[in-house]
Amino acid sequence: MVYLQLIWSYLKIGLFGFGGGYAMLSLIENEIVKHGGIPAWGIDGQIFTDIVAISQMTPGPIGINSATYIGYVVPGNAGLDSPWWGILGSVVCTLAVVLPPFLLVSYMSHFIRRHHDSAIIKGVLSGLRPVVVGLIASAALLLMNGQNFGTTPQELTVSVLLCIASFAVVKFTGIHPISVITGAGAIGFITYYLIGI
Amino acid sequence: MNIYLQLFFTFLKIGAFTFGGGWAMISIIEKEIVDKKHWLERPEFLDLLAIAQAVPGILAVNISVVVGDRLKGMKGSVAAAAGTILPSFIIILAIAIFLTPELIKNNAVISAIFKGIRPAVVALIIAPVLSSAKAAGITWKTIVIPAGVALLIFSGLPVVSNPIIYILSGGIAGYIVFTRRAVSEKKENR
Repeated sequence: MVYLQLIWSYLKIGLFGFGGGYAMLSLIENEIVKHGGIPAWGIDGQIFTDIVAISQMTPGPIGINSATYIGYVVPGNAGLDSPWWGILGSVVCTLAVVLPPFLLVSYMSHFIRRHHDSAIIKGVLSGLRPVVVGLIASAALLLMNGQNFGTTPQELTVSVLLCIASFAVVKFTGIHPISVITGAGAIGFITYYLIGI
Repeated sequence: MNIYLQLFFTFLKIGAFTFGGGWAMISIIEKEIVDKKHWLERPEFLDLLAIAQAVPGILAVNISVVVGDRLKGMKGSVAAAAGTILPSFIIILAIAIFLTPELIKNNAVISAIFKGIRPAVVALIIAPVLSSAKAAGITWKTIVIPAGVALLIFSGLPVVSNPIIYILSGGIAGYIVFTRRAVSEKKENR
């Protein structure tokens, strides 16, 4: 039952999603993209990267955006063709990803309020910090593949140059990620469509 | 206007106009809740922010839940969270219906644009690796932890490629180290 599997995956993503949207990408990849033995879900690294791109260009957190998009696409890939099945998927995934923190905050806010300066929470969070760095790095590593960088020598060259240039722009100038994505899209349009390499 | 509707519309506005998730949202939420609406004093807001960060999940949603909960309990948190979630839900649903993976793959113009975008997105994910490493105080000695985590997840091997085991073990290890340190500091103070 595809909905139960989606709900279970997004509950886990919500429950273990520490360290912000980029760290969450690693969890989403593990649950949805690499998803052990369910190729019927049809979300590969390329679609996943496209979802991240769309998330960056639209308002709202990446966790919600990916839940909504993946929730819509997966039922269709699993053979449930009507768009209503997709909309149902969007709703259940989005609710599943917010449910664990919602319950934690609602039922534990008194506990957390009393202890958020204590060793328990400070210790746990400080132990998570280096892990979060590794999670983000793994998300980047997993996406550096032929699906995203192309397979021909020309495509690879353009992609590597674009990746380095985008990194430099984001790191060393104050230019907003949306502008970087728009610029890269324009370069993609010129090189692959107009020039047609 | 009734307080629940106010909570809903305030967070709806924040959800609809902030790009880039939690960290970008914090200052805007603070301005709306503390400076404009005077629902909370600044120290209390910062306190709630600390709670929202200590809980897993999506930071922007967590902030709306703690603020809503503080002001009006469970119903307040539902109203605030619904406001934060709804704009991105509707926008992405509309995009998912029209911009399907098949269209991205098969339309010559769109597929060319996305071929340019994908390497840039990878760069956008590499950038926070460095900034979060700096924030976590990673040195050449401790780099083995994030590097090991990243490579094991990347390896695709069963069990060790699941990020959840590193989140659990990192949290447990941090707890143990921190409580031991607290105990030894107490002894020294005697």
